[in-house]
This record gives sequence, C-alpha cells and structure tokens, in this order.
Amino acid sequence: MFRSVASRRVSFAIRGIALMSLALTVNGGARSLAGVTANPVTISLLAGGNDPAALKFATDLAAAFTKANPEITVKVNTRPGGTDGDNLVKTRLATRTMDDVFFYNSGSLMQALNPDSQLVDLSGQPWAKLLTRDFKQAVSTSKGMYGAPSSSTFNGGIMYNKKVYAKLGLQVPTTWVQFISNSQKIKAAGIIPVLVSYGDTWTSQLFVLADFANVSRQVPNWSTMYTSNKAKYSNAPALAGFTHTAEVFNKQLMNKDYATLTFVNALKLLATGQAAQYPMITAIISNVVQANPAQVNDIGYFAMPTDSGTPRATVWAANGAYIPKSSTGDKLAAALKFVAFLNSPAGCGIQATSGTVAGPFAISTCKVPADAPALVADELKYQAAGQTGLALEFVSPIKGPNLEKILVQVGSGISTAQAGAALYDQDVTQQAQQLGLPGW
Amino acid sequence: MKAERRRAWVVGVIAILVSVAVFLVPFLFVVLQAAKSPAEASDFSFSWPAKWQFAQNLSTTLAASDGVLVRALVNSVVLTVCSVTAMVLISAMAGYVLARKQSRWAPLVNFFVLAGLIVPPAVVPTIWVLQKLQLFGTMPGMILIETTFGLSFSILLFRAFVNSVPRELDEAAVLDGAGPIRLFAQVVLPLLRPVVVTVIVVQSVFVFNDFALPLYFLPGSDQVTAQLALYTFYGQSLSFYNLLFMAILIITIPPLIAYIFFNRQIISGITSGAVKG
Amino acid sequence: MSPAPELAAHEAVTPVTHRPRKTRTWSTYPTWFFVPTIMLYVVFFALPTFSSFYFSLTRWSLFSSTFIGFGNYAQFFHNPQLYTAFTHTLIYAVITSGAKVVLGFLIALLLTSPIIGRGYLRAVVFFPVLLSTIGVGILFKSLLDPFHGIVNFLLGSVGLPQPGWFTDPNLALYSIAGVDIWKGVGIATLIFMAGIVAIPGEYFEAARIDGATSRQMLRHITVPLARGATVTVIILSLIGGLRSFDIIWATTGGGPGFTSDVLASVIYKQYQAGFYGLSTAGNVVLFLLVTAIMVPLSYVLNRNQVDL
Repeated sequence: MFRSVASRRVSFAIRGIALMSLALTVNGGARSLAGVTANPVTISLLAGGNDPAALKFATDLAAAFTKANPEITVKVNTRPGGTDGDNLVKTRLATRTMDDVFFYNSGSLMQALNPDSQLVDLSGQPWAKLLTRDFKQAVSTSKGMYGAPSSSTFNGGIMYNKKVYAKLGLQVPTTWVQFISNSQKIKAAGIIPVLVSYGDTWTSQLFVLADFANVSRQVPNWSTMYTSNKAKYSNAPALAGFTHTAEVFNKQLMNKDYATLTFVNALKLLATGQAAQYPMITAIISNVVQANPAQVNDIGYFAMPTDSGTPRATVWAANGAYIPKSSTGDKLAAALKFVAFLNSPAGCGIQATSGTVAGPFAISTCKVPADAPALVADELKYQAAGQTGLALEFVSPIKGPNLEKILVQVGSGISTAQAGAALYDQDVTQQAQQLGLPGW
Repeated sequence: MKAERRRAWVVGVIAILVSVAVFLVPFLFVVLQAAKSPAEASDFSFSWPAKWQFAQNLSTTLAASDGVLVRALVNSVVLTVCSVTAMVLISAMAGYVLARKQSRWAPLVNFFVLAGLIVPPAVVPTIWVLQKLQLFGTMPGMILIETTFGLSFSILLFRAFVNSVPRELDEAAVLDGAGPIRLFAQVVLPLLRPVVVTVIVVQSVFVFNDFALPLYFLPGSDQVTAQLALYTFYGQSLSFYNLLFMAILIITIPPLIAYIFFNRQIISGITSGAVKG
Repeated sequence: MSPAPELAAHEAVTPVTHRPRKTRTWSTYPTWFFVPTIMLYVVFFALPTFSSFYFSLTRWSLFSSTFIGFGNYAQFFHNPQLYTAFTHTLIYAVITSGAKVVLGFLIALLLTSPIIGRGYLRAVVFFPVLLSTIGVGILFKSLLDPFHGIVNFLLGSVGLPQPGWFTDPNLALYSIAGVDIWKGVGIATLIFMAGIVAIPGEYFEAARIDGATSRQMLRHITVPLARGATVTVIILSLIGGLRSFDIIWATTGGGPGFTSDVLASVIYKQYQAGFYGLSTAGNVVLFLLVTAIMVPLSYVLNRNQVDL
C-alpha cells in the first residue's frame, strides 16, 4: 500500500512536468482546437447526479462517443444530487478542479456559477444557432452562451394515472375546485388521490413551482417585480401554491405515509394505479421507464389547475452540458467534440434511449421519438396551444433555499399556508441580500 | 465468594440479553436485509428472507460499477492506516510534553486543540492551501488533512492520561542516562499503551467513516473512499435496498475485523495499565 | 478566543516539579515535540480558518467576494429559525452528553467488573461506533419507519402507540438524540474503561481490607479517580453535541420542516444554499458560543482534577 502512495507521488511529478510542457506549447494547444488531434486523450465527465438514470446516461453517452472517436476516452465521475451537488460543482469550479465536461441545471443555478469567469463560451460553436430561444436565454449572460442541452425540456404539473381516471369516469380538471372534487371521488373509490412524498423533501415544492405559469399569466411581469422586491408570495396570485399545499393536507387527500414516502416508491404507486395523481416534474418519468416499463403509457400529465380554469403548463428548460475554463489544450478540443456529439443524431439517439425524453427538445437536431412516454404528447398539446410559461428559476435569480422545508411544514399541518408564505418571503429576502441584488 | 459468582452470572446474563436487543438486533437486521430479494427488502420488515440470496447479492454488490466497493475499501484502508499512524505519533509527543511541563508554546497548542475541536474545516481555503502545496486531490494530501483534524481529540486523550504514568519513572530513566527521545519512545509510550490503543481504535473508525472531508479534498472516481462509494450506492439503489444493506455490511466488515482483532489488544492493553498502576 | 491563557494557567497548576532541577530539565521534555503538531495546525487549520474569518465579513460566492462589514452577522441573527435552533442545540447537547457520561460510566463499570460474557459485551458495545453515519441513518430510518419498521411493529403487537419517530415534529429531535447516544456510547465507555482500569489495584485492596462496601469503593475510589476520563468524556461529548449535525442530517435533515434543526444544521444549510460568507459568520458565532460554554467548564473541571 505504501507503493501506491509512492506511485501517486511519482505520477504527480510527471503531471507537473506535463503541465509545464503544456504551458510551453500554448500554440500547439490552440492548433489542436481545429480538431486534428490524433493523440489519445482522456477527458472526464461529471454526471448530473448519482442516481441510476444520471449514471446510465453519462456512461452510455461516453461509450458511444468513444466508439465514434476511438482516440478519446471519456471517464465518468458522479456527484451527489441536490444542494450537496450544487456545492460540489461550485467548489470544483472555484478551485479550478472541475471535470472537463459537466452536466448541470440551466437557469438561476447555472447563473450562480459565475459563468463569465468560469465557463468556456460556446456561442461560436456550429450547433449554437440551432438552439431554441428559451434554452439560449437559460444558459447565457450578457457576455456569452455557455451550455449545450443535455436533456429534453420538461414540465411541472400533475402526473396522473389515466386508467384510474377512465375507470372512475373523471375528466382532466382545469379548475382547482374540479381537482379537489376529482380527488374526493378517487378517495371514495379507495385509491390514494394525491401522492405526497416528503421522504424526499424537494418534492414538496411542486404545488408552488408548477403553478408559476399561472401566476405569470395573471401578472406577466411578476418575476421582474419579485426580483426587485415588489411582489411577494404572501399575496395573491402567488399565494395559491401555498394554500393548495395546505388544502390537500386539511382535506386529507394524501397517502398515509406522506412523511416518509420516497418519490421512487410514489411513482410505483402511481404507475400501478394504487394512486391517481402526483404533483411532479415530468423529468422523473425515466424512473418509471426503468421500474415499471409496462405502465409508462398509463401515466398522463395536466397543468396545475387554477381558480379561473385556464391553466398554463410550467416549463423547465433543458439541463446543460458545460466546459470549465480549467479544461485546456487537447482536453478542451476533445470536450468541445463531446459536447457537439451530444446533440448530433447519434447523441440524440442516446438521449432518447438512455436519457429522459420528458418533453420537446431544446435544439432542432433532436426530435421527440415516436415511442416517447405518453405524457409527452399531453405536454405537447399545451405547447401547440401556446399555453406554457417558463418556471420562475429561469426568469429570476432568486429562490429561497428553505422553500422545500417550509412547504413540508405547510403540507403536514405544522404551519398555515399564510404563515408559510410569510416565512418564505423572509427566506427570499435573505437570498436576495446574499446575492447583493438592488432594492433589498 | 459464592454470592459473587452468582452475581457475576445474573448481571452478565441480563447484560447479554440487553445487548442482544439493543446492539445485535440492528446488526442482524442489516444481515437479513442483505440476504433478501429487492421486493422483500423494500418493506423493511424484520423477517427471515423467503429465499436466502446472500451469496448472489454479495457478488452483485461487489461487481457493481467495476468493483468500486473493493477499490474504495483499499483506498480507505491506506488512508486510515497512514493517517492514524501519523496522528498517534504526533499527538502522543504533543500530549506528553503538554502534560509534563509548562512551556511557552503550550498555550498555543492548547488553543489549537480546543479550536480544532470546535471549528469546522473551512473547505475552500483549505483547498487553496493544498493546491499551493501541490497536494490537492492526492492521497498524501488527504492523509495530512485527516491527521490534522484528528490531532485535537488524540492530544486531549494523551494529555489526560499521561498523568497516570508516574513522574518518578521519567526521573529514573533520566538518571539512567536516557535522552528525551529514548525516554519518550521506550519508557513513556509503552506505558501509555491503553491510550494508544484507544486512540488507534477511535480514530481509525473516524477516518474510515469520514464522508465530508474526502468528498471535497479527494475528488475523482479512482480515489473514492468507502463512505463515498456507499453514498453513491445509496443514490443508485433506491429500488434495491437489499444491495444497499449488503454494501453497508461489506464496508462495515473491515473495521469489524480490525476491532475483533484489536479487542484483545484493547483488553490486554487496558489490563497492562492496571498491573502497572 | 482567549482560552489559551486560562488553560495555560491550569497547566501550571499541575506543577512540573517542586525542587529546582539542573539545566537538564528543558531537554527532558523537549519543546520541539510540538513542532509537527504546530506545523500541521498552522498550515492546514489556522491558515484556512483565519482566512475564512475574513470571508465572514464579505458576501462570498466562492468566485468573488465583496466586503460588507458585519452584514452577515446581522443577517445571521435575524434568521427566523435561530431561536428554536439555539434551544434545540442546547437540549440536544445536554441530553446526548449527559446520557453518554452516565451510561458510558455505568457500562464501563459493568465491563470492568467480573461478569460472564465480558469479552463479548466489550466487543458488542463498540459495534455501533464502527458503523458510518450514512449507514446509521439508513439503518434507523428503516428500523424506526412508522409503518413498516420493526420497532413500531413490536410496539403495535403489545398494544402500545406507534409514534412517527422521525416524522412527528415533537419527537424527531429526541429520536435523533437517542440514535446519537446509541452510536456514541461505545467511545465514552472505552474512555471510561481505560480510566477505571488505570486506577491502581492497591486502593481497592486497601479499601477491602478496611471493610468498605462496593458502593463505598465506587463512591470514594472509582468516581473520584476516574475523573480524568470523566472530564474527557464530558468535554468531547458536549462539544460534539453542540456541534453535531451529521446524524441529524442523515436521519431527518433537520425536519420535518425545521423541527429538528440545530445551529450546526442551520449553518450547514446556509452553506449548501451558497451563502458562503453568511455560513462562515454563523460558524464564527457557533465557535464563540461553544467557546463561551466550554472554556469556563473545562477550567472548572480540570481545576479539581485529582492527580494520581
């Protein structure tokens, strides 16, 4: 075992020498940008988490890429998901130790990475002009465009079991009142009406986050007012998400084990028809594809019902692939190739088979395959009707870190909707002050 | 004498029964879960597996992600052995001098000991330091970090127990012409054996089980440690609780073996302390 | 940040020697024994920590920092969860360290007395210490699952109520404390055992000849002479309890809602949210709090220490 420590030291010394020689041959590195590298290169790829879907997507993509480019080997690393992952990504970037390519969210989380100083500008890449406007906006600053889509877009709203709806003769609700009355009928039939899965606390947020397209329909500039400290969650229309969360608890429309149920198990209940409705983001349909492949097409989607009855679907922009500035020379050339491959026909194929098709793609080279999960068709209907809006995280940099905990309190009867919303406004204030935004 | 024997039995039996309920049942639960099918394991019930598939789960878990668990165990053992060795030597020296004499530097060391216990590591500045020393992301760097953060606890223990070594022994050794290093290494350290063993056991467990420090200071899948591997496994096996519990079992076994081996050492070490007294 | 002089004063109380020695004194306990310790601390602890203190006065995104004076401190004290987190911290620290001291001592007493199965018991008490925090979290979330866990199954089968150990807002903190004690009592026991067996056997012999009962021996020999171990356990477990959050994180994440949050977990969440300056400020506050509690306490505890 001492030998292994010693050999690390040796390899370290060699790496030091390699770095020096690299510094001496900057021009050589620049030339290789043109894409004529025959030397074997190894780059590392940081997957978008450590869940089975994230890992499978990254490894399949790496394998397909190496098959097409035998001189480039791609090593896949994983990282924790959620906020642990956010931290790790920031730490790696700030200390210039990030993998050569990494998958990460777009929108406000990506903006928090200080992209202008940390990421390689991709706006000059040949595929850049094929991106949708929404995606470009979600990965750009005033100075550059930094990401390539690594997934389809997806929606937030209610995922529901179509068979249960058909069996009970229910219609897809548009108003909140219809949603509640549907739920009560489902409950009377002995089926869980609304799945609540606080075993994974992040799932508590959907009644609020997926309602945002409805908020922005009523007040189009709500996000601007919110960012400048003029709109609050304690007031209508944004308060609705909190009251809806509380109402499901107060009317006891959720599963008994709501405090411990995990989203993976909740999806199984939904797929098998033991439960009827689940407020969720559709991206997680990939888990159903893995765990209950026979039931994927029993699951449908509808937008978050509203009081007025004209709901819009809340859309999340695609996740991105990014290259850190610490990736240089041959590695940068290989990383650029890899990112381009991601949205080539072969890459789109991997996204369709190993990734998640949970909505339309953000680049014109990738098309929704005919065998995509049934709920994608439901999402496309809202798209075709123009009844969509981006989620708040793509139009405002502010999101209080404690929203999920506060909504667990509201959804477990520990605090009221009004108190929860007020607490969240305080949380948001803290975030805005930490971001140094004007007006707070 | 007879009453004493009976008491030894009664108390012993009660203690054994309590320990079975409190300590062994959870362990048995881990073993049972590790032997179940995924469907059975996911409902957490304390039941005998319908079909005992221990060996199958074991080989599946060991083979997962190119045998990451085995690699991780090797890395963790290297890290643990090196950093605990360094920790014991360095902290015994410091704790010994700290307890024996008042020095100008003692307040500084005392301050560091207490501060080291209280203040959590500052992640990013520490990475900067490691990068300046060209040690970031290397095993030697990780060993130094674990050593540093284990020093406080170890020095505290040594300082507390050095006093149980009679000072007269030092004086006798000095009169015999022993220099400071010989006095420390050949006279004092052997007498501190119970503490040395305690520090080794406690710190080995701590380093082996550490999650946060390797997460930040030792990135990369080649150098993954046991806890990081378990965490990754946790994310990947939400539908396979049987494999998850098997992974827990696998990474608990090296410390368990080490402990069972050391247990004799601890007991004999401790009793040697008593004889010496 | 002034513990050093006081502690030094205490060290001076245990006198090195009463009679003046020859010039050799300084070399018997060479100061250079401190060198590796001080070097490691300075490079890997003091340097990063003090530079992070500076960052507590800034708005820090890891990529850039803006000096904002004491803004972070003001914000930290305005945190709506601060008061409950503070109370929880004290409750949690007192419960866990109290239980570890009492249980650890009793178990150590048991394991150093002649009973059958002693070797087995010594091994098994330490078993939870070997488990990692992540492992413990997974294990107890399963054992204490309100619907499927064995504990509630057993309670239900004898007709007792089946609480939501980690999900009931009024119970979560205490359940976690219980898990912490389960996991940590082995270390306390080990330290106490080392302390008890270090007591010279002659004391007990002499007491027995004088006709002392075992209770008297416990009270007048074991307890006072194991004081060094007691002090160590109190200090370690109290600091551990005040700073603890890893088991909380692995079981409830501070929830449900904020009902099992302690100061350390609030600070950790701020760190996770990317409020690096704010969380560093929180750490400074926590450091000062722990110091304010521990320094006087360790001074008092050490002053009355019996020198063997």
